Amino acid sequence: MVLQSSLKNCLQLSCILQAPKAGFRSTASGGLIMQSTSNDVYQNLAVEDWIHDHMNLENQQVLFLWRNSPAVVIGRHQNPWQECNLRLLRQKKIKLARRRSGGGTVYHDLGNINLTFFTTRKKHERMENLKLVVKALKALRPQLDVHVTDRYDILLDRQYKISGTAAKLGRTAAYHHCTLLCNTDKFVLSSVLKSPYKGLKSNATPSVPASVKNLFEEDSSLTSELLLDAIAEEYATQHRIDRHINLINPADETVLPGINNKAKELQTWEWVYGKTPKFNISTHFNIAYKDSVLDVKVDMDVKHGRIEVCNIDLPEQWLPPALCSELMKNLTGSKFCPNETTALVTTLLRACPQDGDLQSRWNLLCENIKMLM
Amino acid sequence: VCTHRVRSCSSIRFIKSKYVCVFDKSALKFSHQQRLFRTSAVSRGQIVQFKLSDIGEGITEVTVKEWYIKEGDSVSQFDSICEVQSDKASVTITSRYDGIIRKLHYSLDEIAYVGKPLVDIEIDASKGVAPAEDVVEAPPMSHEEHTHQEIKGQKTLATPAVRRLAMENNIKLSEIVGTGKDNRILKEDILNYLAKQTGAILPPSPKAEIIPPLPKSETVPAPPKDKARKIPVPVSRPIVFSGKDKTEPITGFHKAMVKTMNAALKIPHFGYCDEIDMTQLVQLREELKPLAQIRGVKLSFMPFFIKAASLGLLQYPILNASLDENCQNVTYKASHNIGVAMDTEQGLIVPNVKNVQVCSVFEIASELNRLQSLGSAGQLGTSDLTGGTFTLSNVGTIGGTYTKPVILPPEVAIGALGKIQVLPRFNGKGEVFQAQIMNVSWSADHRIIDGATMARFSNLWKSYLENPASMLLDLK
Repeated sequence: MVLQSSLKNCLQLSCILQAPKAGFRSTASGGLIMQSTSNDVYQNLAVEDWIHDHMNLENQQVLFLWRNSPAVVIGRHQNPWQECNLRLLRQKKIKLARRRSGGGTVYHDLGNINLTFFTTRKKHERMENLKLVVKALKALRPQLDVHVTDRYDILLDRQYKISGTAAKLGRTAAYHHCTLLCNTDKFVLSSVLKSPYKGLKSNATPSVPASVKNLFEEDSSLTSELLLDAIAEEYATQHRIDRHINLINPADETVLPGINNKAKELQTWEWVYGKTPKFNISTHFNIAYKDSVLDVKVDMDVKHGRIEVCNIDLPEQWLPPALCSELMKNLTGSKFCPNETTALVTTLLRACPQDGDLQSRWNLLCENIKMLM
Repeated sequence: VCTHRVRSCSSIRFIKSKYVCVFDKSALKFSHQQRLFRTSAVSRGQIVQFKLSDIGEGITEVTVKEWYIKEGDSVSQFDSICEVQSDKASVTITSRYDGIIRKLHYSLDEIAYVGKPLVDIEIDASKGVAPAEDVVEAPPMSHEEHTHQEIKGQKTLATPAVRRLAMENNIKLSEIVGTGKDNRILKEDILNYLAKQTGAILPPSPKAEIIPPLPKSETVPAPPKDKARKIPVPVSRPIVFSGKDKTEPITGFHKAMVKTMNAALKIPHFGYCDEIDMTQLVQLREELKPLAQIRGVKLSFMPFFIKAASLGLLQYPILNASLDENCQNVTYKASHNIGVAMDTEQGLIVPNVKNVQVCSVFEIASELNRLQSLGSAGQLGTSDLTGGTFTLSNVGTIGGTYTKPVILPPEVAIGALGKIQVLPRFNGKGEVFQAQIMNVSWSADHRIIDGATMARFSNLWKSYLENPASMLLDLK
């Protein structure tokens, strides 16, 4: 097992790791600080799952530090259509992930750091963790006006949110993770987190939008690395452990057996989109065709990410009714996904009469329906 | 029904006399039962109200976001019951008892209160509250099991009566393969397990989860403790396969394909096959590959096949036509939009290269690269997938020689290419030489295309590929 060398202190994990299932052992008891060598959001979320499921946290607590390349992460019970601009995500090739903890939607890039505090369920203390972060920030730059709100946010200058929190409580273990905005692209952040989809009705957990600011904007000498170090230092001090940051490779099955399966599962369509609570989309759009403009009403129920009920209301005879009902029948049960819909409608077209005009209308209607996804 | 039960009782007597008591009891008590071995309908246990325990942090109410079980399901201690959410925390509530879920007190998205009943669980009265023996071991193990349940949604399922049976016989439930619904362990499974033993308790297997089909116990030989003792040979024991059929609805794209294929069925297909000597083309491609690479394009054989087909279609335009619904009119399509069958995650998708008649081999290769990368990402657009007039399917990249391709309506012809094999052939001098042979299988709509046309088109296509230089004469 080869570890990447870095400026940080790192220990060969094989030294501290006696038996993976028994838990990592650090040089002093009480705590362990780990940092991921990967920027892949799925792999990093998989590490969180792995630690939560396999590590014995009775005698030690763990701090996991990680950063991701551009990704949007939604909470366990959220609706991605409601939370972000999926079209923009696909266009910009920004990943979409669903985490297992609750809470709202966040945008990650390398300018945002993630901290996960693992403890037993009894010792789960979100406020204490956030106070630790604030203490670390103040130790680094005493002039920073940062404080923790009772909604578990960290605010800068009393108005800008620089950190959001979420937690997952299992039977015996629990974790609390939070973000910290160092130098994130705010322009991309605000554009991807704005949903263009209208007419959505759902009971999914909504996000609470907030004004954000980067710590970098407040003090340009602050970098992600500096902040990570400061937080690790504070954690080490409070837990009375060595300030060693153990680098961990989320693809290494020998250190984290079963991790690749966890990462794979987090990327499946069934998890990312299929876990969306049932919702309804009731909207309409205009189609301009030749000399006229027509209004099309669409009403769909989507459950487990698939269209359960589909109703498309077209002006009479714009498309032969048989064709329209064929479309609705085939969309039912299909994934609420533009790619799946493209494959479906183009295949259906083969069995349609080969009338150029008819086909143009069909394509126009379908393109508009895909825009809802 | 009465006589049936008596018969079953007597057959049990031969397995192990111990069990007659158990079954007799159940036979007597539950007279309206149809099947002796399923005791989940029994309602003789004590109903316990499992209250929502303290979440911590002074939280008094949460929202129920997902149920992992439903009424009637069996649960064991530590199984996940539901997922609740409180502000930013997602909490997994696990069962404290073994038993059967009798009532869910909340529906999805309802507010649940800490300290108030969450679910009613029926516990087997004689057992009392969950004995620790059958329930899994040390904390690290239960973490895994818990995970396994939480993430994969599987549970160690067995009714309380089954658990007692196992316990009475010192059997660990983790060693039994369940054959019931959701790999539930049934009484028969315990009986089968016991029947296979010759009295010795088999050593526990090291697995932490229940593995479904092909139970390991089938292949474990009974260790003869005493060679002198006669081992009873089971009388023609049938192989038990405990896999289950799985039915899923056909939806989305696959449903549309069913419709397309049904339409294709209406076309009277005829086939025509041939073999192509690819020796010269293989050499040509080797020479041109690096040149294409410099220009950033990966060059396969397909661009040659496609261009040669287009040149052939110029001579035999009926193959690039379309028949209307009533077979009244034939439309000769001006553009050669040649479709290329692609195997993607969604299934068989056929994007097409537009206007091959005016494209160079390089341009075709470049377009194919684009379509292939979109195809593997599942992101082909509508225009890429519509308007095709003729299709080629290179199934040979996977394997095969001759096939029987199905025409994709509204087209009238399709070609499938087999793999390239090195085979011995005779040359003009009667000598044997190594040839690179590829097979082609054409299918055409016999309503408007006759065998002779197909054969001539194929010969022309073949001549272009066997002697690539001849393509130069006809390239526009």
